[in-house]
Order: sequence, then C-alpha cells, then structure tokens
Amino acid sequence: MLTFEGVEIRQGDFSLSADLSVPEGAITALIGPSGAGKSTLLSVVAGFLAPTRGRVLWRGADLGPLPPGQRPLSILFQDQNLFPHLTVAQNVGLGLRPDLRLSASERGRVEEVLGDVGLAELGGRKPGALSGGQQGRVALARALIRDRPLLLLDEPFAALGPALKDEMLDLVARMAGRAGTTVLMVSHDPDDARRIAPLTVLVADGLAHAPVATAVLLADPPPALASYLGK
Amino acid sequence: MAGGAVEVRTTAIWPGGAPGGVAGGLVLALILALTLGPVALVLIQAGGAGGLTAADWAAARFTVLQAALSAGLSVALAVPVARALARRSFPGRAALITALGAPFLLPVVVAVLGILALFGRSGLLNRGIEALGLPGVTIYGLQGVLLAHLFLNLPLAARMILNGWAAVPPERFRLAQSLDFAPRDVLRVIERPVLRATLPGAFVAIFLVCLTSFTAVLVMGGGPRATTLSLAIYQSFRLEFDLAHAASLSALQMALGLFAAFAGVAFVSPAAFGAGRGWRAQGRIAPPDPRAAARIGDGVVIGAMALFLALPIGLAMAAGVTHLPRPDAAFLAPFGRSVAVALGATLLAVTGALALGLALSGWRRGLARAADGAAMLVLGTSPLVLGTGAFLALRGWADPAAFALPVTMVANGLMALPFALRILLPDIQTLRSDYDRLADSLGMEGLARLRLLVLPRLRRPLGFAAGLAAALAMGDLGVVTLFSDPERATLPMVLYQRMGQYRMDEAYGLALVLVLASFGLFWLFDRMGRADADV
Repeated sequence: MLTFEGVEIRQGDFSLSADLSVPEGAITALIGPSGAGKSTLLSVVAGFLAPTRGRVLWRGADLGPLPPGQRPLSILFQDQNLFPHLTVAQNVGLGLRPDLRLSASERGRVEEVLGDVGLAELGGRKPGALSGGQQGRVALARALIRDRPLLLLDEPFAALGPALKDEMLDLVARMAGRAGTTVLMVSHDPDDARRIAPLTVLVADGLAHAPVATAVLLADPPPALASYLGK
Repeated sequence: MAGGAVEVRTTAIWPGGAPGGVAGGLVLALILALTLGPVALVLIQAGGAGGLTAADWAAARFTVLQAALSAGLSVALAVPVARALARRSFPGRAALITALGAPFLLPVVVAVLGILALFGRSGLLNRGIEALGLPGVTIYGLQGVLLAHLFLNLPLAARMILNGWAAVPPERFRLAQSLDFAPRDVLRVIERPVLRATLPGAFVAIFLVCLTSFTAVLVMGGGPRATTLSLAIYQSFRLEFDLAHAASLSALQMALGLFAAFAGVAFVSPAAFGAGRGWRAQGRIAPPDPRAAARIGDGVVIGAMALFLALPIGLAMAAGVTHLPRPDAAFLAPFGRSVAVALGATLLAVTGALALGLALSGWRRGLARAADGAAMLVLGTSPLVLGTGAFLALRGWADPAAFALPVTMVANGLMALPFALRILLPDIQTLRSDYDRLADSLGMEGLARLRLLVLPRLRRPLGFAAGLAAALAMGDLGVVTLFSDPERATLPMVLYQRMGQYRMDEAYGLALVLVLASFGLFWLFDRMGRADADV
C-alpha cells in the first residue's frame, strides 16, 4: 500500500494536501484540472520534492530518507525519458546498472525485454531514429527491467495520437498485471482512466481525495470534477 | 518561501560521489588563490604603496585612459557595424560575422604585427603617403595601442551588439513595419533598448581586457607617455631587476583590476563576453532602411569593417608564406613548448570550468553570483601580476626560471577559464533541467553520471571551450616574457624577439605558423566536440 500520511505541499501560492492510501497491485489514475498538483504529487513520491509536512509510506516504510534512485519505483516523465546520445539498448540497460557495465547475461536480458515490448532488433538505434510510440516502448522496457513494485506515469504518452496512446496504455496494463505492479497515473483525459484504471484519485482545490472506483466517480462527478469535465 | 516544499537538488554529479559543490568549491578556492594570492605576496613584499613614483602614477593614469578610450571607441564604432549587419543581407554576410569572432582567437602578437604591416613605419600606409611626397605618420604611442585594441575588440563588440539585435523578437520588427514607423521611431522603440541592453556589458568586458592588456602595449607603447602598469611591471622586472618596485606596481594594477571588475559586475549585468559560440546562419534580422543614404552608409561601414579586419592579417600572412621557418631545432623546440603549454592550459581551463559550472548550476543564487564575480575577477587580473607573484613565491626554494612554462600554463588556463565557463553554463543548465530527474530516478551517480550523461551531452560546448582555451594559450605572449630565457622560449616569444631584432621576414613566417597552429588547435577541438554528437 502507498500511503500519504498528512502530506502537505506548499510552494508560494500553491498548496496541496493528501491524506490517503492507494492499494497495491492496482492502477490508480490521478485526475483533475491542470495546475491542481497531480504532477507535484508524483514528484513527492519520486523524491524530487520534499513535502512541507507529512510522510509518504510504501508498505509502511517512510520513503523520505531515500534518494530518488533508491526508491522502490520507476517513473515516466512527460518527455525526456530517454538519453538521446545513448542507444536504445543502453537506455534500457541503465535500468539494470546505472554505470552500464553490463555482463553478457544482463545484455541478454535487455534484448529479451526489448522483444517483450516489440522492439527486437532495434537495440542499436538511437532514440532519435525511433517514432514517438517506439520511444515510449523503450521507456516502458526500462521500467520493466528495473522491476520496481511501483510505476509512476506523468502523462508520458500525452503527445501520441489517440490510437497509439490507447495501445501504450494497454501495454502498461498488461505489463503491470503480469508483474503485479502498482501504477499511479496522471491523466487529464477521463477516457484514459476509464480504459485501464479501476481507481481514481481526484486532485482539485488543493486536496487529493481518497481513491474511488473510476466508473462511479465519472458517472456521478462531484462539482469540482464536473466543472473540469464540462458537465 | 520559508517552510515551503523543498526542491531536492542532486549533488551527485561529480566523480567519487562527492558533492558536486566540493569540486566546484575547490576550483573557486583555486581561482581566488591565483588571483588574490599574488596580491598578498606582492603586498608583503612591497610594504604598501610607498614605493610608487610619479612615473608609476602616470602609468596608472595611462592604463585607465587607454582602456577607457579603447572600450569607448570599440563600442561606439561597433554600433553602426552591428546595425548595418542586422539590416542588410549580402553575399558573404555569414562569413563576415564568423570572421568577426576571429580576432579573439588570433595571437595578439600577430595582430600587432599585422597592424604594423599596414600602419607601421614601412607599412603599406606610410609607403603610400611617402609616394605622394608627404611626411609619414608614426604609429607608436597611444594611437598604436588604440589601433591594436580596436582591431582586437571592435569586431567582438559588433558581435555582442548584433546578438542584442538577434534577441529582438522578429514580430516586433514586423509590427514596426505595419505601423509604418519612420527610422527615428525604430531607433526610439527598438534600437535604443537593444543598445541599452548590450553597450554597458560590452564596454565593461572590453575595458577589463584592455586594462590588463600587455602585448599590444609592449610593442606599440613604451616611453614616459605610453606606458601601462603591466608594461611597467615588465620593465622593472626584466630591465631593472627591481622586484620590490614590480611588486608595488602589481599591487596597484591588481587594485585597479579588482575595482573595475567589481564595479562592472555591480552596475552591469555581466553580458556575454568573449567570442560567443557559433552563429546560426540566418539572413538579416531587421528590415532594411530603404533610404539611399542609409544603404550607401551601411555598405561603407560593412566594407570598412571587412577591410580593417582582413588587411592587417592578410598582409602579415601573405608576407609569411614565402618565409616559413625551417623545421630545425630553433623553430621546433619553441613550437613544441607552445603546443605543450596550450594543451596543459586547455585541460586546466576546461576541467576547472566544468567543475565550477556544475557546482554553480546547483548553488543558491547568492553563492552562484559570487562565483560569477570570481570569474570576472580573472578578467581583471593581469597575467604579469600572476607572474610576479609566482616569482616571489618560488624564489625562496627553487629557480623561478625553471618554472616559467608551468607558470605560463597555469596563467593561461586561468585566463581562459571565465570564457570556458561562459560557454559551458547555458548548456549545463539545459542539461540539468532536461535530464537531472531522469538520471536521479535511475540512480546514476558520480563517475557513471559524468561518463554517461555529462560528458557526452556537453561534448559540443566542451570541444568549443577547449578549442578557445587552446588557441588563446597557443598565441599568448604574457607571463612567459617575465622570466623566460631563450632555452625556454615559446613560439610567440621567439616571434616577438624577431620583431625586436627587425628580422621581419622571419617574424612574418613565424606569425603564419602561429596563426595556423592557434586556429588549427581551435578547429581540432571544436571538431572533436562536433563529431557524431547527437542532438
């Protein structure tokens, strides 16, 4: 279970409180108007931002003291998920060893994971030679190979077309289902949540609400969500 | 924002897992030691400013005068050049703008040689005047110093100002056209703000450079009416062997440099000084002024600039082609020494700038600004003062002459550091904002981060900065003149000696080699940075 225990984030005029738990092994969407703090909440979980007050716990252990690289999670950003000067295989290999001194078996593992996401044979290319969807797959392959129990998605597929985005979301759902990964996914599109996230956390008006069933929430949205959705 | 959420900044970017600040702090301490240390040594030696004569104060006045005139004239003349380049497109425009960066890399001693070839006693100009039966003009003294400084700095000033023009959003020019602005409206609404933003920074940068300029004054100046502090230090050191006097002069020079550097930083946002990196080949920036007078005026300005840039160098280089040095020991030994000094200085400048830049980008604003000031401090430091300090420090336990080349190397590395830092900083900031989080989330630390992220991503600016440092060091005739004997002479020094002996043919030949070596080193490093660099 991922728990926000009395978390408060204040930055100038901005403030956000979160006091909630997200169950393990499920995909949970974070939905709300832009500027509400969805990405900020992920930054706190990932360790890029220290909360003003409160703690974030994973399976009861405080994540606070851990630097980002040692937290039990992988994160996909909106962009800049790949190093453009490294090959696809190297970008994925970083998930195994941040210094890239890979053994033969580790290199084999990289090949295997690239095959899993449908990028066999492309390991030698640089990201610039791939399509947007393929780049997303490389980032997912790295998350897969890191095998951390928690996956944070900060709208990494927002720049893709609708069909490609759905394809990537389905891939995430398949991967997460197989490994039992807990996924926390920022989205501004309720259809994304409907598609793969059984639970949704509404982030609005300075508050991250406790997760509720996505279908229920979207069928009968509270006023803050309704105005965002335009209903 | 007390009590607010804290951005967690990484400090794991530098080798060994040590906080990035440690390496940067070390470099900063080294800069302070090398700039302020000599002053302390010199002050202890000099026992206050008591040893200063009327001639010394005259030298101080001349130092400030020539620097102010050089900077003022450079900036004033650069304005029409920049303006003409901004609003005209013509074949060769991109090449000319690139060439404006060349004097920065050109060895000063070669520039001076070229100026002499054009304006000197037996130069092109005087031969023409004498052919008309008129008395020739002399170039030595203030006018020669100014001419050399103009040649070196006017093109740079033009580029700095042109950068200001390029920073104006194109929509603003289109808006001006659609509102049917008259030229004076353009001047008031668009051009004057550009000049206000660029001129003070350009002036301060050139003033600082000329305040500590040595080579140009060594050749063109001298005598009671045209001696700067740097030259006076050299003379009391080399000719009078009066160390105490050299020390008090150094203290005075340093005080002047420090004052100017800090006044500069305090009053002017440190503008981009130096050659600047690359120039996007693009057409004219501003709409052309359609009036015939303006068109002719711009043409004259551009032509004059191109001639002023090309003639001295062209004359010196052309004369050198037929007098290339024989590849014997008398040439190869100084050549090798210069290359070795240049490579060592390059390593120092680039690693120093990288460490400091990485630390700066992570430090709080106040500290970063102080460190920025330290970089300006270097601009205000005379290599001659550094040399005097090194001599005083070494004298007790070693033969200072034996350290002539290492001291030259350190001095050149230090002098190039602020320029390297300026080149690296923007790219370091981009690197951090683009990839810090990703690298953090993957746990890339220390050497792995340096090897896999920092060095490959900064390859282009590192190559460019290294090229700049190498070219500057290769052509520098500064601190080495203080205590180098013929056995340890560098190539610029041999060239200077040939000029002193009026063996001009040999001087031209050496100058050509020196220019080729300086630009060759620049090209080589810059090229290494560009080779298959991924965007």
